[in-house]
Amino acid sequence: MLKIPCPNCGERHYTEFRYGGDATKRRPAPGANMKTWHDYVFLFDNPKGAHKEYWQHVLGCRQWLVLERDTATNQVARAWPAGDWATRL
Amino acid sequence: MSHQPRRLSSGGRIDRDGPLAFTLEGRALSGFAGDTLASALLANDIRLVGRSFKYHRPRGFVAAGVEEPNGLFTLGSGGRTTPNMAATVTELYEGLAARRQNGSPSVDFDLMAINSLIAPLLGAGFYYKTFMGPRQGSWMFYEPFIRRAAGLGRALHERDPDRYETCYKHADVAVIGAGPAGLAAARAAGASGARVVLIEQDALLGGALLSSRTDELQESLRREMERALENLPSVEILRRTTALGLYDGNMLALVTRAVNGQPDPDRGESREVVTTLCPKAIVFATGAIERPLLFADNDRPGVMLASAARSYLNRYAVAIGRRIVVATNNDAAWYSAADLARGGAEVTVVDQRLEVDATLRQLAEQSRLTVETGTVVTRALGRRRVVGVRLAAVDAARERRVDCDLLCMSGGWSGAVHLTSHNGAKPVYRSDIDAFVPGELATGQFLAGAVMGSFRLSETIAGGAQAGSNAARHAGFAIAANPTVATAIPDIPYRVEPARKPRTGLPGKAFVDFQSDVTSRDVSAAVEEGFQSVEHLKRYTTLGMGTDQGKTSNVSAVGLVADLRGLSLPAAGTTTFRPPYTPVSVGALAGRNIGQHFRPVRRSPLHDWHLAHGATLIEAGPWLRAWYYRWAGDTVLSAYVEEMRQVRTKVGLSDVSTLGKIDVQGPDAAELLNRVYVNGFAKLPVGKARYGVMLNDDATVLDDGTTARFAATKYFMTTTTAQSAEVMSHLEFLLQTAWVDLNVQVVSVTDEWAGMSIAGPKARTALELCLPGQDFSDAALPHMGCREANVDGVPLRTLRLSFSGELAYELYVPAGYGIALWEKLLAGAAPLGIRPYGLEALASLRIEKGHVAGLELDHRNTLDDLGLGRMASKEKAYVGRELRDRPGLTDPQRWSLVGLECLEPGSRLRGGAILFASGEPLVGHGRGYITSVTWSTERNNYIALGLYKGGLANLGREIVCAYPLKGENVRARIVSPVFLDAPGERLHV
Repeated sequence: MLKIPCPNCGERHYTEFRYGGDATKRRPAPGANMKTWHDYVFLFDNPKGAHKEYWQHVLGCRQWLVLERDTATNQVARAWPAGDWATRL
Repeated sequence: MSHQPRRLSSGGRIDRDGPLAFTLEGRALSGFAGDTLASALLANDIRLVGRSFKYHRPRGFVAAGVEEPNGLFTLGSGGRTTPNMAATVTELYEGLAARRQNGSPSVDFDLMAINSLIAPLLGAGFYYKTFMGPRQGSWMFYEPFIRRAAGLGRALHERDPDRYETCYKHADVAVIGAGPAGLAAARAAGASGARVVLIEQDALLGGALLSSRTDELQESLRREMERALENLPSVEILRRTTALGLYDGNMLALVTRAVNGQPDPDRGESREVVTTLCPKAIVFATGAIERPLLFADNDRPGVMLASAARSYLNRYAVAIGRRIVVATNNDAAWYSAADLARGGAEVTVVDQRLEVDATLRQLAEQSRLTVETGTVVTRALGRRRVVGVRLAAVDAARERRVDCDLLCMSGGWSGAVHLTSHNGAKPVYRSDIDAFVPGELATGQFLAGAVMGSFRLSETIAGGAQAGSNAARHAGFAIAANPTVATAIPDIPYRVEPARKPRTGLPGKAFVDFQSDVTSRDVSAAVEEGFQSVEHLKRYTTLGMGTDQGKTSNVSAVGLVADLRGLSLPAAGTTTFRPPYTPVSVGALAGRNIGQHFRPVRRSPLHDWHLAHGATLIEAGPWLRAWYYRWAGDTVLSAYVEEMRQVRTKVGLSDVSTLGKIDVQGPDAAELLNRVYVNGFAKLPVGKARYGVMLNDDATVLDDGTTARFAATKYFMTTTTAQSAEVMSHLEFLLQTAWVDLNVQVVSVTDEWAGMSIAGPKARTALELCLPGQDFSDAALPHMGCREANVDGVPLRTLRLSFSGELAYELYVPAGYGIALWEKLLAGAAPLGIRPYGLEALASLRIEKGHVAGLELDHRNTLDDLGLGRMASKEKAYVGRELRDRPGLTDPQRWSLVGLECLEPGSRLRGGAILFASGEPLVGHGRGYITSVTWSTERNNYIALGLYKGGLANLGREIVCAYPLKGENVRARIVSPVFLDAPGERLHV
């Protein structure tokens, strides 16, 4: 089982969260061309190893967060509030 | 109390002052407190405990623990009947009613034993080869017969009256197994102050120590270790608890059984409790399991593991045999043999090894064992019980007979690596002990004792203490000094050589897996047919796939495969062990989530009123909603039409509390709405509401709903019932990840507000009657107007909007006032003949009006598919805009919204019907399908909404609605989806 360290609520069972996809992808600006939007919406890597992904603490504080998780071992490294993509990475 | 012929007059861990009466197929028997069902049956000299799975061969107990493959019983009666319970781990209790399984008419006289005679036909892959044959449907034909002949106990359909529970538990260190290693580990970890949970499947602590004589040093050691733990307040001991599975993040699933499997319902006890435990560190002290030997007819009742015979003798004071042969390939069995001899039996040790250690010779002399080295058992003799064995020198063909009434076997010991491998750690083979040990473990996991191949008692205890200390340290606790436990008990050496394979060409069968009836010949046949990987072999022969999961068979099977393929044992591989370690009842996994607690149910604030006033309820997603009311009819078909008429001609009241409601507040609220809705919201004035549609990023429709502006920075959004959670998360995602600069807050208030819709030509008059002092004139509250008011000190939000196509208002009050307002409206408007209407009528009214709803908003349709394309703003950016123009989404031949009218009086349209053009063959997926259907009081006909290739370009065309499930093909005409008041005159009055 995953335990997710919610930045607001502390470590919680993953069933309190919903998964929200790849957090390494930056949402294109409104009006960006169709190809850019297409790639953002439909093209996904499936990396093995450390990966950043969105989760939302739906049964808690409802914070969207970025979780760093190893997709091969399910080891969770850390989590932080999603916040602005530009200031995040 | 009946006499127990095999029970010794003294010794053991049974309570002779606690006699217990129980029955086997109605026959009265007796045992003692402390017995298992298995030990009590053996004390009563009952050896035949079942018929085997395929061949219906007579079988006896092989083991004394969880690894037992044969001794499965159906226990209890009525709704408590439980099949396939291993008698070796079933605590005996007063009144226990046990039945043997898989015998027809009885286990003692089993007609199906004829299968033994046709055995050559029933080899590996028999079912696949014979019944899956070329003729289609042959399996369908044969299956019932096979099911009757094969298999174990039967499940039943009665409701289980007992309660089951699931819970969570937290700990720093979990220790699994309370043998000497686990006891030492729990003590060392507990001494550091760490919260320790010690998990033991047995009712008693001690593990292997429990199989030693109670008058020996082992027993005083066991008691001393148990006492030490009971004095450590930070250690919690869970007896009768099995660690079923290991999952990511050191999560363990445990099941705890009630004492004697007999919960007291009056005290609220559960039969079984499943616990999720997430410790910081785990010590696996799961011990080891003895392996059988492979020789012909090694499944005869009276052939059992040496350790089991010792356990029955020392723990339960049951002497099963008087003339015993102990066949072995290792040292440990000699000590079992010595104990059996001390119990008064005449014992012969048959060891395949040519040379054995001098200490064993010495032991044999002291214990007066007859010794045959360099010798193997080639065959067990007897049918319903063993009467002798054939022996042969390892390198010679000549056999000779030795009489015996009990044949003990020991093919060496395998660590119970199952749990450690659940999470992906592959076991590794150690040739020095001819066994698999756990592979590389995740962090925070530690090993102790026999599971890691540590068989000497002193090593086990020291290693256990070390593992316990390491686990506590890993969990963040300081360890002063590594504790030492001194014991005066001499170590028993453990040397082993790989067991000899069964001799070929002899009559009889050598069983590898007793429970699944897989023989060494089946294994070699499977390998010859190409099922060489152990994983394939397992699936082809069903080896290891019984309720015992091959605890006694796995290593022997891998050894055989290695031999047949000329590989080393590690190269042949091992199988993947999966949870659960031992069988667990489905009831325990479900816990309280059964019946109406199967999943959470959401109830409207008006729920109680609906129940009290003749509403029939229906599940709609998680919600229980009022479907129709008895005033309108006894069945939904008659009632909803009557309720529709009520709304079309007078006035009706409907509960819409289930709609999603989101408070949107802040200076940038208008900006947020303008970005998520396809249509403009920037200029929505205060006091007005607007219908809006949201898209997903991929340009499919996410949801529709109405948002009302009550003040400059205060909006009230409603969503569809089905998509409310999705919309909420969507808004939060955008605000928290992409638009963090927007100064706006969104809060779900679905549960805070009760909502009701009052609809019909007399709706305004009704409100004027019920809420005097408020102006409901068209000028004061026009179509799509909204306002907040106070009624008797209670906030009331009124939105004039319509789902039905009639003059209608939605009223919202705080949830706790919902029933009060509802009743006020019904009472006040009684002179107008107001009536409540339910979900079926609500949905039908909107179909007539051509409003799309959940059935059309399935995340696959675009705005244009639903005829909403013109809503989209060309001026502004909105979510999903960029991908709307994809060629696949703009194709005019997409399936899009149409109305349908039935052309065959007396026939009906059906939701899900497949649509075809007139005259074309009715095959394949057609050109579309019906999404929603209703009887229309306006048209006096069945009408429908649906998606059709090319949509309204086909207006007026006749099509066929095929419903193959009922063999119906009904003609219909494509019409506008708005069946009623297209200009909207009824709304603007």
